[in-house]
Amino acid sequence: MEMDKYIVLGHGSGGKLSQELIRNIFLRYFDNDTLNALDDSAVLPIEGNEIAFTTDSFVVDPIIFPGGDIGKLAICGTVNDLAVMGAVPNYLSAGFILEEGLSLKTLENVVKSMANTAKQAGIKIVTGDTKVVHKGQCDQLFINTSGIGLINTKFKDNGNVEPGDAIIINGYIADHGMTIVGAREGLHLSSQIQSDCACLHTLIQALASEVEIKLARDVTRGGLATVLVELVQNSIYGIEILESAIPLRNETAGICDMLGFDPLHVANEGKLVMVVPEAQSEKAITVLKKHELGVNAAYIGNITKANPGKVVMNTVIGGKRMIQLLSGEQLPRIC
Amino acid sequence: MKYITEFRNKDDVQKLAKAIGTYNGRPVQYMEVCGGHTMSIQRFGIPSMLPESIRLISGPGCPVCVTSTGFIDQAIALSRQTDTIIATYGDLIRVPGSNSSLENERGKGADIRIVLSSLAAIQMAIDNQDKKVIFLGIGFETTAPATAVAIQEAHRQSLENFYVLSAHKIMPPAMDSLLSGDINLDGFIAPGHVSAITGSKIYEPLVEKYQTPVVISGFEPLDILYSVWMLINQTQNNTPGVEIQYKRVVNEGGNTKALELMDEIFEPEDDWWRGLGVLPNSGLGIRTQYRAHDAKQWLPKNMELPKEPVGCICGDILKGLRSPSECRLFGKACHPGNPVGACMVSNEGACQAYYLYGNG
Amino acid sequence: MCLSIPGKVLAIRGDKADVSIQGNLVEVSLQLVEDVKVNDYVLVHVGFALEKINDSEATEMLKVLKELKNFT
Repeated sequence: MEMDKYIVLGHGSGGKLSQELIRNIFLRYFDNDTLNALDDSAVLPIEGNEIAFTTDSFVVDPIIFPGGDIGKLAICGTVNDLAVMGAVPNYLSAGFILEEGLSLKTLENVVKSMANTAKQAGIKIVTGDTKVVHKGQCDQLFINTSGIGLINTKFKDNGNVEPGDAIIINGYIADHGMTIVGAREGLHLSSQIQSDCACLHTLIQALASEVEIKLARDVTRGGLATVLVELVQNSIYGIEILESAIPLRNETAGICDMLGFDPLHVANEGKLVMVVPEAQSEKAITVLKKHELGVNAAYIGNITKANPGKVVMNTVIGGKRMIQLLSGEQLPRIC
Repeated sequence: MKYITEFRNKDDVQKLAKAIGTYNGRPVQYMEVCGGHTMSIQRFGIPSMLPESIRLISGPGCPVCVTSTGFIDQAIALSRQTDTIIATYGDLIRVPGSNSSLENERGKGADIRIVLSSLAAIQMAIDNQDKKVIFLGIGFETTAPATAVAIQEAHRQSLENFYVLSAHKIMPPAMDSLLSGDINLDGFIAPGHVSAITGSKIYEPLVEKYQTPVVISGFEPLDILYSVWMLINQTQNNTPGVEIQYKRVVNEGGNTKALELMDEIFEPEDDWWRGLGVLPNSGLGIRTQYRAHDAKQWLPKNMELPKEPVGCICGDILKGLRSPSECRLFGKACHPGNPVGACMVSNEGACQAYYLYGNG
Repeated sequence: MCLSIPGKVLAIRGDKADVSIQGNLVEVSLQLVEDVKVNDYVLVHVGFALEKINDSEATEMLKVLKELKNFT
């Protein structure tokens, strides 16, 4: 059966549909070596230096949620895309699309939150743009931020990764995604969980100064599963992870179970997956735990020679299963 | 006790799996009827812990998977009518109809909203009195009582704009249909939550007729593995019967209050199951007394006959005759983001469970 | 099928209950069950309590598992 094809929400979920959209539309026409690398930031050689450059748009609903708001998210998201390339974030732009009828107070609160987050992160917002659309043409406000930063630590090197290397995460997964789902109307749910939304550059820099980071990725849409699959899907190596080692709060697991979500596919906004040499894994965990954003860091698995291109998980009961890309937006289900 | 982690204890699971591994009888094939079991079996990697002589196959117990193409076509036709809100569980949103899906229709502007409970659809009708709110009733005996409550509530409150399009189904006719066919089955892992409502008694006639072992199972790894253990015992001792493993939730008589309510609102009718065809008295239609809330009255008169997808073997998969990896569309043209057949749509569908957790 | 999850009843208001599901508070309808009391565990499905969970049966099941012998 051939259906007419339209954009569905799954195209924005960061999983398989997003990959297809990027490949079939954007890469096909924009085609160039820098873009084709599909890294979190573009790496641009400028006068002997390497600059990381990235952009991201934020359309979260609700715009204010436990643990953050769209403004904080707009800073952290772009800072993290720069940080995982080994860059120190320097400058940001901010573009706003505002819906007619948005309260000025709401806008001011969001902008204040952006300013605070940027200040704490030591980054300046140096240029911007504003557009207003008719009521109903966007949902309150959308924000785009772009950022640049000087790369001072070079660790993005897939060729360097080898079997035995340790895979480390800096804390609890799935809190952001389940907070957003829980904050939406109609769930009759109250929970203590909060978004993990945070700027990770100081954490990465702290670790990089003591440990050889072979590779770092921020874990966002599509969840931990998507990041791990993308790490090895075109590689001669595989990944093996231990389910019981993955930090997951009881409350978060509960909401996931209730709605039928797989926490491995749920979004994060302050999580980082890093690959470090096995010999340095203990040190890496110690360093991470000293930082407030790494207190719950864990060693969750290894790069393997076995199962090339695949991610295998040892389940809590000692069984084995494969981990796949998120395929389509996760929806609450009854069965 | 929290009734979750205790039944996932690794040491206990390993010990039980080891005990099952000592089975040295003839090869056996058991069917988990319920998609929830399929999901759990794949999620925890249970197949990797069973000996080769014990095979688990997935059955027709995922309401989304067995919902007919025709039902989706009807829901889409209703969604295109003016001043209509379709309220549905998230499960149905990607199920392909003949030419479209609810997700595609929503993208084109239809007012289709996901609800987590039938009572949310009632609230929607109260809040939108100028619109028809049509709730898509899917699911087996577990879910049908919730729809019955909603219809009763609408009736009581004289909510004239609340309707249900019912695709509710009951389990025993499907199990009977499987056993009467050419399938080679040594027993059923029977659905625990269906049985919480119906009680274990509904399986007695099946065992009587076909001498097939039935064990009603819970959904945690220890539950499922122990049910396999119980089935093997029935097979080896040649003592087919209905046993309850999931006694903390299931008894013989079931939930009387829920059963009475279902009987008040619904009546048996012939229904079409994807993969199994029309099964007599297998569906739950809305009784005449409550027909003011039956969305069938709004269906267009001349609906086209539904078109089934070409190349899709969902039918055979639901019958346990073939496995997802034997389908040439599996993982290629058909994946959870773009499902061709219903077994790929639902998280509980055999195809999606195999895709996400298996070696697909 | 039928995603259902155990939760503990914390409070009852008419035919609704506040149920704790792994530390999250959820409002659940009691219209399908009888004699539910505070501190009972119930099985929650599509916003309804489907059944009470029988603790002694659960304990018994775990005990049976501990005493399991191999096939001979």
